[in-house]
Formats: sequence, C-alpha cells, structure tokens
Amino acid sequence: MNTFGLDTFGDVTHDAEGRPLTHAQTIRNLVEQGVLADQVGLDFFGIGEHHTPDMPLSAADVVLAAIAARTSRIRLGSAVTVLSSDDPVRVFQRFSTLNAVSDGRAEIILGRGSSVDSFPLFGYDLADYEDLFEEKTHLFAELVKGGPVTWQGKTRSSLHEQDVVPFTEPFPTWIGVGGSPQSVVRAASHGFSLMLAIIGGHPGRFAPFSELYLHALEKFGRSPLPIGIHSPGHVAPTDEEAQEEFWPHYLDMISRLGRTRGFSTPTPESYAHEVGPHGALFVGSPETVAAKMARTMKTLRASRFDLKYGIGGLSHESLMRTIQLYGTEVVPRVRELLS
Amino acid sequence: MKIAVLGAGHVGPVIARLALAAGCPVAIAGSGDPSRIEMITEFLAPGAVPRSAADALADADLVVLAIPWHRLGSLEPAMFAGKVVIDAMNHWPPADAPLGTSEEVAARLTGAHVVKTLNHVAYQDMEPPNGRAVGLAGDSPAAVEAVREFLSRIGFDPVPVGPLTSGRLLEPGSPVFGAAVRRPELEKLAKEQS
Repeated sequence: MNTFGLDTFGDVTHDAEGRPLTHAQTIRNLVEQGVLADQVGLDFFGIGEHHTPDMPLSAADVVLAAIAARTSRIRLGSAVTVLSSDDPVRVFQRFSTLNAVSDGRAEIILGRGSSVDSFPLFGYDLADYEDLFEEKTHLFAELVKGGPVTWQGKTRSSLHEQDVVPFTEPFPTWIGVGGSPQSVVRAASHGFSLMLAIIGGHPGRFAPFSELYLHALEKFGRSPLPIGIHSPGHVAPTDEEAQEEFWPHYLDMISRLGRTRGFSTPTPESYAHEVGPHGALFVGSPETVAAKMARTMKTLRASRFDLKYGIGGLSHESLMRTIQLYGTEVVPRVRELLS
Repeated sequence: MKIAVLGAGHVGPVIARLALAAGCPVAIAGSGDPSRIEMITEFLAPGAVPRSAADALADADLVVLAIPWHRLGSLEPAMFAGKVVIDAMNHWPPADAPLGTSEEVAARLTGAHVVKTLNHVAYQDMEPPNGRAVGLAGDSPAAVEAVREFLSRIGFDPVPVGPLTSGRLLEPGSPVFGAAVRRPELEKLAKEQS
C-alpha cells in the first residue's frame, strides 16, 4: 500500500512582513502543522533534527509527542535522527516513549547527518563519521528488536543482558540515504526500510539504488520492505504562484549550502530544470506535483513519498496552505494515478 | 586508458560510470576486501571490476582518489609511485581557509603526479557532464595532459588553472567551487582569483 507523508526541518518561519518569528513560536506553529497534516488525512509527519538558529528543531521528539496528544491517526517520526552523534540507547528510549504516548504511531528514520552541526556540539569527531554510524546502527538494530540487549563496541559502554525501557511494540525503522551506497546495503542488512533523500538532480538516477536495495534484501534473506522518497517541495493553486513563492528562499538556502558542499548556485534556468519533469523539486500546482510524484514513485519502485515542505523564510500561513493542498488534492490524485 | 577509482561512496561510482561510458576499463576499490563492494559495483557501476587498492593501481594509467579526506593517511604511498593521480577530495568539515588538499596529497604520496580536479563539482551534478567546465591544477605537464584527455573523454571541458598550488582556486570558499559554468566563465573566475 502506498503511504504519503510530510517532512520538515522546522525552519524558522517569517511573518507577513518577512520578519523571522521566534524559535518558540516556530515550534508552536509546527505543532499546528502536524495537527493539520493529520486532519487532511496524511499518513506520516516527520521532523528532521538540526542544531542551528535557522533550524532550531534539536529535540524533535518532544514536538512529536505534542502532536501525538492532539491526533489519533497520523504516524509520527524523525526525518532524520542524527544517530551518529547521539546515544542509540537514549534514542531508542525517546522513540519507544513516543510510541507509547501515540499508541503505536512512532517511526524513526536514522541518518548519518548531512548537516554535521551536532558533531562539534556533542564532542564527536567528523573523522569517525562512518564508523560511528556503522556501530550505532548495529546497536539500534539490537535495541529495536526488544528484550534484553547484549552488545559491545567502541562508541559507548557495553551492555550485558540489559533491559532498555520502555518496552513497546516494535516500530518501523528506516535509514535515510543521500548518496552513499554503503548506507543502502547497511539498511538491507539490518532489515530497515530505505528512505532516499533526493534533493537535487534527476530523481531517476536513484533507480540503481532501489535495485541495489531490493537485491541486497534478498541476498540477506530479508522479506521485502518499503522504499520511500524524501524530496523538497511547495504547493500552491498554480505553478507560477508556487514557483515564485519558493524561489527566493531556495536561492538563499542553496547558495549558503553550496559554499561548503559544492552545489551550484541556482540560476533561473537551473531552477526551471529542477521544478520541471527531470528535477528534484516538487514545486507547483497540485496536478503538476502529483504527476511528478507518481512518475518518480514508479521509477524508483517506492511505496512511500514524504514531501519535505517549509523552506526557511516562508510564512506559517503559506505552509498551512501547502499542507492543505498536499493532503486534499495532491495525494488523492497520486493515488488515482498509481491505481 | 585504464582507470583505478579508489572510493566506492558518493563520488567513486559516479566517476566510474562516466569512465565506463567513455570506453575506459575501470577497477574500483573500497576500504578493505573487494568482496565488500561487489554488490555496489554490480548495481551502481556495472562493468567496473572490484579489486583491492593495490591490484587496481598496479596496471592503472590513471588513479582517481574519491575517498573521505580523513582516510588519506591510510593510503600506502609506495603503490602510487609514478602514477597520475586525480585528487577529487575536499576537506570535510570545510577548512576556514583553503589549505590545498592536493599539496597535502602530493606530500604524502611522494612519487605520484597529482592533479586536482572534479572536487568542485557536486556528485549529483556530474551526470551528465554536458561539457561543463572543470578546472585542473598540477605540476607535471604530462600528468595534466593525461587528465585533460580523460576529462574530455568523459564529457567535461577541462580548463588548466596552473600548478598544484593553484588547486586552491578550486576549493570551498572559491567562486569556482560549485560553479556550473562554461570555459570562458571558469577562465575568468580563475584569473580573478589568482
């Protein structure tokens, strides 16, 4: 069955005059956005951990618990949890607690972190980037099975027949993958679902990752698991309106990120390409976004699509409209196209 | 032209695919046993041969370094003697000021002919190359020529920007880093920086 969600990094929103709201107000608005996502029938709402003044969602699970208290249907999770710079035991405890509070609606997407602000903050060395994730994912896989855990490694103290509480029903675990083939194989080896983060370029180039994942699952003797897509987007009544609203904020963000990651500074031409049929931005009218989602899900053999909405600088009202249109028009149309 | 790609992460398989498409035989090596990257190679760079770094390098005409920067110290310098080596790496996290990775690579891999290039193109922007201009910097004219030929074959427009110290022009912080431009613009940007 296909499922549809929304992800956000909790970027600071602006008021009608373009002034940034406080972190506290941004976070309270985020709760409203999660509640609306439930009301419009979406399957999942995810918050990505970040530690910067323009993305202050460092403790996303607390916000998810607040949303859980006001909803009864939507599943709630991270997008992603930066496991490398956290203690897997503590991460498990927080999400198992969320699972209890929400009556079994927790999910978790683990990631190595493409924003690496949490490494210096918590005293980790980026030179250990791969090793930390490898070892901590392994421990998390043991924890999520439930029952006493025995584990030994280099990144935290050993566990011997340790009860890690609260005990709840197992919850879905995903690994978020940006472009690392090793992460694809790792997800399959642990029996975790695969979430492909596609934030630029032709989404179709990820098709070999899906094939690699499905093959690896088979090789490790695992049953089939879902493949999901996480991509940025923005929905408005018309293509022009959506594209115009999104552009200045996209230009600002990619220009800043590009200085350290090698992204090209967007131009009107490159933007037109990204919002077009061969790009990674799901920006447009409900019909345009739905058609692109359906096509991309088919190409990548995905059964889950999470639209990453809410780029910094947009207003809360604009985000609420995106959620409304996504839930009531885009998703029903994608279901129709895929049926 | 036989290519050895060291690194089977974000970047390595992309460069391997481009080289294969241009008709170059490709050997690819990750850290450790080649069997660990068999599946990745089969799906992401079909046609490339997973080998140990030493075996991949032995008969390579050109070596591409696409490993995490902090793994540089784990490379055995003797294997690289006399080889033309593309340094496609960047400091991660980014250094405050450009430090010149390739100068550090050349200092470690004594005997290798290091050419810095491709580091300034994000891996998701490499396919297809579409004649995008890429800078290259190196001290050995023969090595620069070999790399220039390779880059042309796989579909880029190579623009020499000077000796290895000029590799700094291609690093994070420089306007060339991440710039999707054609030759005249890249030449202009490089000139303004030097």
